[in-house]
Amino acid sequence: MPENNDQDIRIGVFICHCGSNIAGYLDMEALSDYAQTLPNVTFVQRNLYSCSEGGINEIKKGIKEQNLNRVVVASCTPRTHEPLFRSSCEEAGLNPYLFEMVNIRDQCSWVHMREQEDGTAKAKDLIRMGIAKAALLEPQESIMSEVCARALVIGGGIAGMTASTALARRGYEVVLVEKEENLGGMLNHLNKLGPTMTDAGDLMEEKIQEIVQHAKITVFTQSRVTAVQGFIGKFEADIETQSGVKKIDIGVILMATGGRAFVPEGLYGYDGQRVITQLEMEQLLKNGLNSDIKNVVMIQCVGSRNQERPYCSRICCQIAVKNAILIKDQIPDATISILYRDMQMYGVENEEMFRDSKAKGVRYIHYDPARSPQTESDQVRVYHSLLGREMALPADLVVLSTPIVAPEDADVTSQLLRVPVDENGFFLEGHVKLKPLDFATDGVFLCGSARFPANIREVIAQGLGAASRASIPMSKGSVVVEPIISVLADEDACRGCGLCVALCPYGALEIRHTEKGRKVHVIDVACKGCGVCAATCYQHALTINSYTDQQLEAQIDAFLIED
Amino acid sequence: MLDVGRHSNIALLAYSEVEKVDGQAGNFKVTVRRKRRYVDEDKCTGCGACAEKCPTMVPDAFNEGLGSRSAIYSYFAQGIPSTHTIDPDFCRQLKGKKCGICEKVCQADAINFDQEDKIMELSVGAIIIAVGYDVFDPSQIPEYRYREIQNVVTAIEFERLLSASGPTEGHLDRPSDRAVEAEIAGFEKNLKKSERTLEKLEKKYDEASAQFYDKYQQGQYQDDEDRKKWADRYAAYLTITKSLDDLKNKAESFTVAKRLAFIQCVGSRDFRFYPFCSGYCCMHSIKEAIIAHEHEPETTSTIFGMDIRAVSKGFEEYKIRGGNHSNITYVRGRVSEIMGGPGNNPVVIYEDTQKRQVESQEFDMVILATACAPTKGIVELAKIFGVELDEYNFIRTSPLSPVDTTIPGIFVCGCAESPMDVPESVAQASSAAERAAEIAFQPNL
Repeated sequence: MPENNDQDIRIGVFICHCGSNIAGYLDMEALSDYAQTLPNVTFVQRNLYSCSEGGINEIKKGIKEQNLNRVVVASCTPRTHEPLFRSSCEEAGLNPYLFEMVNIRDQCSWVHMREQEDGTAKAKDLIRMGIAKAALLEPQESIMSEVCARALVIGGGIAGMTASTALARRGYEVVLVEKEENLGGMLNHLNKLGPTMTDAGDLMEEKIQEIVQHAKITVFTQSRVTAVQGFIGKFEADIETQSGVKKIDIGVILMATGGRAFVPEGLYGYDGQRVITQLEMEQLLKNGLNSDIKNVVMIQCVGSRNQERPYCSRICCQIAVKNAILIKDQIPDATISILYRDMQMYGVENEEMFRDSKAKGVRYIHYDPARSPQTESDQVRVYHSLLGREMALPADLVVLSTPIVAPEDADVTSQLLRVPVDENGFFLEGHVKLKPLDFATDGVFLCGSARFPANIREVIAQGLGAASRASIPMSKGSVVVEPIISVLADEDACRGCGLCVALCPYGALEIRHTEKGRKVHVIDVACKGCGVCAATCYQHALTINSYTDQQLEAQIDAFLIED
Repeated sequence: MLDVGRHSNIALLAYSEVEKVDGQAGNFKVTVRRKRRYVDEDKCTGCGACAEKCPTMVPDAFNEGLGSRSAIYSYFAQGIPSTHTIDPDFCRQLKGKKCGICEKVCQADAINFDQEDKIMELSVGAIIIAVGYDVFDPSQIPEYRYREIQNVVTAIEFERLLSASGPTEGHLDRPSDRAVEAEIAGFEKNLKKSERTLEKLEKKYDEASAQFYDKYQQGQYQDDEDRKKWADRYAAYLTITKSLDDLKNKAESFTVAKRLAFIQCVGSRDFRFYPFCSGYCCMHSIKEAIIAHEHEPETTSTIFGMDIRAVSKGFEEYKIRGGNHSNITYVRGRVSEIMGGPGNNPVVIYEDTQKRQVESQEFDMVILATACAPTKGIVELAKIFGVELDEYNFIRTSPLSPVDTTIPGIFVCGCAESPMDVPESVAQASSAAERAAEIAFQPNL
C-alpha cells in the first residue's frame, strides 16, 4: 500500500449503527475490531447515529482529542450525508476534504440483509478501501468566482420577453437578442390565444412596450449571437448587430429561441390555398373569413406521431379546437369536423374548451393512422373508426394541424452554447423531471418551445421560472464550486490533443497556447468533476482532486489484500 | 426535500397550519399554529428508537393504509424533518392508559406529553400557496366497486405495492391474498396461545391432549369441570388447526398479480364528479405498467382510456415503448362496470369502441387512475388568504399570469392551481418563486 510520508497520518474511523438499519444486519463489533487493525488507524468508535447531534459531537471530539488528521465515516450514502460530515470536520478545524465516506448501509446491510457474514465481510472490504484512500487525501480549498449581474436572453418571443421583463423588474441588466426585425416571435403570426381568446397582437404590443420602456433591458433586433466564451458568472458573448459586432460581458444566459411550425409539403394536398396549416388559419381568422366557407375539415397529427417525428406536439389539438370555435363564431352555420387520433385536451382549461366546442357543434371523428384520411378536390374521405365506415366530408377548407418543430439553427445554437439537443432537435434540459428549466451546464437556462411545444400559459410560466433560476447566481453575486474537479497535474505530459475538450459535457476544458505549446486548461468554475477527461487522457496528464490515480489505485490494492 | 431541510435561508415549519393572514403585498403578517407533536423538535434526533419500541400499531397513512406504523412515528423513513410525532388518536399514554415507553427509550429526552400548540407570527413580503391535491375517492363510483372488490385498488395504492420500500417490498401481492395471509398470521398467533394453554393442562394431568380428548369423547370425566374446560380448549385448538390448514392450502396457490387492468378517467372527464382532465394519469398508468413488467416479465397490462394523453417531452415515445416492450395493450373505451369474478379476480366490462363491441375480461388486479381532486380544506384556506377559487375549487389564476392569485403578493404553484405533472410543477414553482422575489426583494438599485 502506498504510504504518505509527509506527515504522521492519524485516521479516525466512525462506524454508524444507523439505529438498527446497519447494526441489525452486520456484526458491528467485528467491524470495529477489524478497523482497529488497519494501517494509520489511531481511533475507532461506533455510534448509534453518526449524523445525530451526539454522533457529530463525537466526531468533533475525536478530531480534537485524538489529534486526527483524516476522518472516515462508515455509514449511509454520501448523497445525503457527506455535506454534513464534511462541515463537521471543518467545524473541528480539519480541512473538509480530508474526510472519506464508506457506504455500509446501502451497499452492505440493505442489500445483504439475509447474509450477515457476507455483508460484514463486504463492509470490512469497503472500510479497508476507504481507509487506504483516506491516507492519501489532500486538503482542498473551495473555489469562488464572481458573477456578473447581467443576463443574455436569446430569442424575443413571449418566452424571452417574459424572462427579460421579470429579470429587469428584479433589477438585473438584460441584453435581449432577436434575429428578426421585430420582437414577438410566434405572436406576430397568431390571431387569438386560447382559452381566453386574448388577442395575440395586443399581448405582444403590451409586452414590447414594457421591454422598450425598461431602462435595464437592451434590445438587439436583426441580431445574432455568434460566439460565447467563458463560464457561469463570466461569459463573453459576441453579438452581430446591425451596427457591427458587440462584445458583451454577461453572467447568465437564457435560451428562448422557440420553435417553428412544420410545413406539410406534399401531405394531404397541402397548397396553402384550400389545404392550409393552422398557422395559416390564424391569418385567415385575423383577416376575417370569407362567408362562403361552409364546410371545414381539420386533420390532426399531420407530420407528427409518425416514424419520422414520433413525438406528440402537445398543443395542436388545443389550437384546432380554439380555431374551430373562432370559425363558428364568425360563421355559425359552418360545419366543422376535426379528424383526430387522441384529443390531447389535458388539464382543466383545455378540456373545458373542448366541451364548449362540442356544445357549439364542432364534430369529432376518430381516425386510425393505418387508414389515414384522403383529401380530394372538394371533400375529405375518412374511415370513421368508431362507426366502422368510410365517410366523405365536403370541404371548402382543409386545415392541417402540424407540429412545432425545432428551429432550423438549433444545432448551431447547441454548439455555440455547448448544450445538448434531444433526438427531435429540442434543447435537452438538465433533468427532465427536476431541472426542466436548467441545462447541465451551469449558468445556462431554457424556456418556451425551444424546450418543447408549450401553450401560452406554459410559456409564460417557464419564462418566469427560467428568470428565477437565472437570478439565483446573480443575486448571490458569486458561485462557490466544490474543489473536486479536474486539474492538469502533469503539464509536461499534456500534448494538447484536445480529446478531453471534445468529450467534456460541461464545456469546462479549452486548449490554450502556452510557452510550452498547446496545453489543456481547466475552467475550474465550469468543471463538475465527472472525471471523463481524466479517464480519457492517455497521457495521464489530467486528474481529479480527491479521486487521483494514486488514491484509486490504493483503494484497488486494498481491495485485493486478503485478510 | 433534503435541500429544503439543509438550506440556511429556509425555516421549515412542518406540522403547522396558517390561521390568519393580514396586510398586503410586501408586508404580510401571518399567524401560524405549530401543532404539538408531543416531541421536542430541538431535541429529537430522529433516531427512531421510540417508534421501534412503541407497542401501538396503526394503519400507515404513507403506505395508503396497506401497512402499519407505530403511534409515535415519522411520516416515512426519509421524511424531512426527521422529528417524530405522537399520534394523539392512538397513543396509549395520551389516551390515559399506562405506557410512556417512548419517553423511557428516548436518549435525547425529547418526549413531552404536556406539550402545547404554539402560535407564531411571521412577517413576510410574499406568500406562495403550494398545498397540492387529494386523490379522488373512487368509492363514490358504485359501478367500480372499489372497497367492495379487494383487488380493485387506486393508482396511488398500487404505487406503494410497487415500491421496494413499500408494504410488499415491490411484489405485486394481491390485496385479497394479503388479507388471507393476515388471517393466517392471526390464526397462528391464536394457535400458539392455545398450544401454551394446552401444554399447561397436559403437564397438570400428565397426559397428551389428544389421548385425553379421545377418552373424554368416549364419555369419561363428564362431571369434571376442569377437564371439561380442557376438552373445550382442545376442540377450539382443532378448529383453529383445521382453519389454518385450509387457509394455508389456499395460500399455496397464491402468485403475484400478472394480469393488470388500468382504468383511466376515474372521477375525471366525468360530469358526476370532475369534468376536467387530470392530465398526468395516463402517463402514471403507463409508468406503473412498465415498472410492473420490469419487476415480473410475465405481467400483461391493459390500459382502458378514452384518449391516451401522452403530451410532454418523450411521453408519446414512452407510450409506444410500453406497448412494444412491456406487454401493454391500449383499449379505446370507457369501462362501464367492474364485477367480482372467481378467485377474487375482478372482471372488467367495457366497450371496445374500435371493435364496436361490449366485452368482458378477467384480471388479477384492477388499478383505478383516480382524478386530481382539490385538496380538502381548500375552501377554508382560500378564505384565510382571501384568494378566489375557480368553479372546481382550484386556486384561480389567468393564463397570462399563470401563478398570480387574485390577491397581489400571493402566488400559487403545482396542483393547487390545476392538475399537472412533475416537470410542470417544478417549472411553475420556479415561476412562483420569481413572482414572490419581485415583491419580497424589491431592487434597491
